[in-house]
Amino acid sequence: MSKGTIILSAQNISIGYEQKKNISAIATGINVAFAEGNLIALIGANGIGKSTLLRTLTGIQKPLSGEVLLNNKNITGYSQKELSQNLAVVLTESLPPSNLTVFELVALGRQPYTNWLGSLSPEDIIKVNEAIALTQIEHLRHKKHFEISDGQLQKVLIARALAQDTPLIILDEPTTHLDLLHKVNLIKLLKQLASATGKCILYSTHDLDLALQLSDQIVVMTPGNIVQDTPENLIANKVFDGLFNDKSIRFDAQKGGFTVNDSHL
Amino acid sequence: MHNKKRNIALFTLLGIALLLLFLVNISLGSIKIPFQDVASSLSGGEASKSTWQYIIVNYRLPKAITAVLVGMALSVSGLLMQTLFRNPLAGPDVLGLSSGASLGVAFVILGAGLLPGILAGFFLSPYGIVMASTVGSFIVLMAILVVSQRLLDTMAILIIGLMFTGFTGAIVNVLTYFSSAEQLQKFTFWAFGSLGNLPWQHISILAIVCFVGLIMAAFCIKPLDALLLGERYAKSMGINFNSTRLIIILATSLLTGTITAFTGPITFIGLVVPHIAKLLFKTSSHLVLYAGTIILGAIIVLICDTCTQMPGREFVLPINAITSIIGAPIVIWLLMRKQKIMY
Repeated sequence: MSKGTIILSAQNISIGYEQKKNISAIATGINVAFAEGNLIALIGANGIGKSTLLRTLTGIQKPLSGEVLLNNKNITGYSQKELSQNLAVVLTESLPPSNLTVFELVALGRQPYTNWLGSLSPEDIIKVNEAIALTQIEHLRHKKHFEISDGQLQKVLIARALAQDTPLIILDEPTTHLDLLHKVNLIKLLKQLASATGKCILYSTHDLDLALQLSDQIVVMTPGNIVQDTPENLIANKVFDGLFNDKSIRFDAQKGGFTVNDSHL
Repeated sequence: MHNKKRNIALFTLLGIALLLLFLVNISLGSIKIPFQDVASSLSGGEASKSTWQYIIVNYRLPKAITAVLVGMALSVSGLLMQTLFRNPLAGPDVLGLSSGASLGVAFVILGAGLLPGILAGFFLSPYGIVMASTVGSFIVLMAILVVSQRLLDTMAILIIGLMFTGFTGAIVNVLTYFSSAEQLQKFTFWAFGSLGNLPWQHISILAIVCFVGLIMAAFCIKPLDALLLGERYAKSMGINFNSTRLIIILATSLLTGTITAFTGPITFIGLVVPHIAKLLFKTSSHLVLYAGTIILGAIIVLICDTCTQMPGREFVLPINAITSIIGAPIVIWLLMRKQKIMY
């Protein structure tokens, strides 16, 4: 199904929350496997459990049953520092106010490797410069992080994740707040990075049409089941018809996107 | 890099300023002492009058050292609080730490009569007051932390800090109502805040505790940098958030608690100095800010203390009057400036 070594996989896990004796499962029987050099999109309606799945895959919360394997080792067996050397994240939350410059922000990605004072070695600086070059943000490096646009900030945060030098990067809805052009550019950038650096990049999104055109694989969360496959196979198998359980929109396989049903206007 | 050169220049300048201010602080006071005699007393020689030497060695030098320690400790506490709470207006006094320490001391000084003789004797010793004050500020900090876990809005945390200040103030008032005139006087003088009158023995306790607190804070420099991106990013970069938070809380309550125990609650320093450091060094790097707040804190408290002892005057103003007069306008200015950036 996928080329290259598997970096992150989950076999038959169920996700959800456990409070005392109350177990509320959000989804069960999830099987996913993410390989190096791939860009993978995670798609699902609001409230379906995308965030819970991402939290489980990043080791923030434990699966109710089954194991999440990172490099063939259970993710709960990693120390926080080991985990930070294998998995970098880009979050949706806005950054607290600070005087950080773009360069300093990207350099924070080197924290898992720096000494107790966090000072950068020559090797760290090379890695930071590489990350800045790969994301094409050289012209921003001396700007403060609050002086740049949302699209530029997203690139800076991606550069920070690259500098963390991990085989796996997980992004939580990186295209929110961006206009169409910047969305396209960002996902294209992710695709380039995945193939150029051999990293495995997983991102959650609501932009199905972009995900279909630019991702190597898509994980689709629908009520009932979770499917991972290539965009072509997913369309052929009519998986998207079940994405939204509503008659007002339907999936148009020709256009590769959803259209509003005229009869329900 | 350009910034590095600028920082080295700034630190050199500040270092010289600190040294000069230290000497100026010692040279000035209600009794005029020629600078030559000040210098010879400090270098271990003899002043032309033995009383002058006594004043320098046992009164002015301890006071200047106390000022330096107070400035370093409170300013670093403020820096730690501001990054931990992600709030530019956090500081040991605003969050109610100083009032927690006051409450501890009030219980000891005003409530000691209720304890049996030996215990009362222990609690009234300098160690007892330091412990009570540290425990007081630690309890308030823990309470703020518990509350801040449930509230995401950092503004609410500040309001809760104000509420703690009001609450502890009320309890102190109730205690004063039931205490003797002598106890009341002792507590009131403590609450005015004063850098002077500390014997060398107390200063060595103060210095040791400050040193320990500052070392603990130094171990938070890297995690604090990570926290600039928020808690979740910090965790994803391998920072153990819970232990970092615990060290920050321990260091801050130790520093604030001890300082408050010996000198009384001193306002505004912890809040204002980190901002001056951020303005001056134009960075968020906690390594630079840590060193910067230490040296600036010492400088600013020395300046404030020098202002309390107008030359040729008999009386000495309370240190809190000066820190508030200088500090409050700076806070207002910072708020106005912030608004301009954000909107």
